[in-house]
Amino acid sequence: MKKIKKIKIKINGKIKSITQDSKLSIVIKNLKIPLNKVAIELNEEIIDKKKINLIKLNKNDKIEIVHFIGGG
Amino acid sequence: MGNLKKDKLIIAKKKFNSRLIVGTGKYKSMSECAKAIKLSGAEIVTVAVRRVNISDKNKPLLMDYIDPKKITYLPNTAGCFNSKEALRTLRLAREIGGWKLVKLEVLGDKKNLFPDMIETLKSTEVLAKEGFRVMVYCNDDPLMAKRLENSGADAIMPLAAPIGSGLGIQNKINIQIIRKQTKLPLIIDAGLGQASDATIAMELGCDGVLVNTAIAKAKKPFEMALAFKNAVIAGRQSFKSGRIDRILMGNPSSPSKGII
Repeated sequence: MKKIKKIKIKINGKIKSITQDSKLSIVIKNLKIPLNKVAIELNEEIIDKKKINLIKLNKNDKIEIVHFIGGG
Repeated sequence: MGNLKKDKLIIAKKKFNSRLIVGTGKYKSMSECAKAIKLSGAEIVTVAVRRVNISDKNKPLLMDYIDPKKITYLPNTAGCFNSKEALRTLRLAREIGGWKLVKLEVLGDKKNLFPDMIETLKSTEVLAKEGFRVMVYCNDDPLMAKRLENSGADAIMPLAAPIGSGLGIQNKINIQIIRKQTKLPLIIDAGLGQASDATIAMELGCDGVLVNTAIAKAKKPFEMALAFKNAVIAGRQSFKSGRIDRILMGNPSSPSKGII
């Protein structure tokens, strides 16, 4: 049986372990995040939400997912 | 009232009926916030950009309570203390849903929350070049307001007093000077404490006011939302009506002729 390799990434400051070569779209989907209500940064670069299924994640990648909350 | 109906607030070519902009922070709940906004009649609300809570997926979302198709979201940069942070925040905000109209707020001091105008000015220039429509929180300095205008700001938003202080307008003269020098929308942002503060701002000739804490933290937020709505309308009507001249001595209202 082929061993699944795991890598560590950071999402919103929290360390997460994911399967190597996971796509960004899968990670977002697993978190059940509504794409139309968020913006995503990968290593401090804004990601075009339409292209998240093309992006493969690497070790130590830093993802930020933000949305609107109450503020003045 | 007939004339006031045509009297729209125009920001970045968009027309609004209400001259009251409200913040969505500090409410006890999202439903309280949504109800207060409805009562205030506001068509623009400020919102903050923050990390999604990835551990609690069932947390309610602001967008589920306040429909961005009906109410214009004005993303802010609250909590940003330099240009880099502010630009990052607003670029992300634009990415969430294509918002171009934003509120720039670069703070300079954690205690008094006064804006850092050097960083604010730098950010305004960059944002305007990137196609943002920038409403700028600033101090009540006419010279700085002019520089913001020259840098491509779409609205000048001087503070009345420190954010959340509830002190009301501290420097009416400066606000009037800024009013005289600019045709841009002039909106008092921050520091109002009660409805009459909004009326004063409108009577000084401001185009609108932005209120958060004074409504959200009032003992009765719904009533205060309504009070601010009425106060802004009253102030605007009063301003448009042309007040009488100030004179030093008394001037009787009843004719002296025919006194018995």
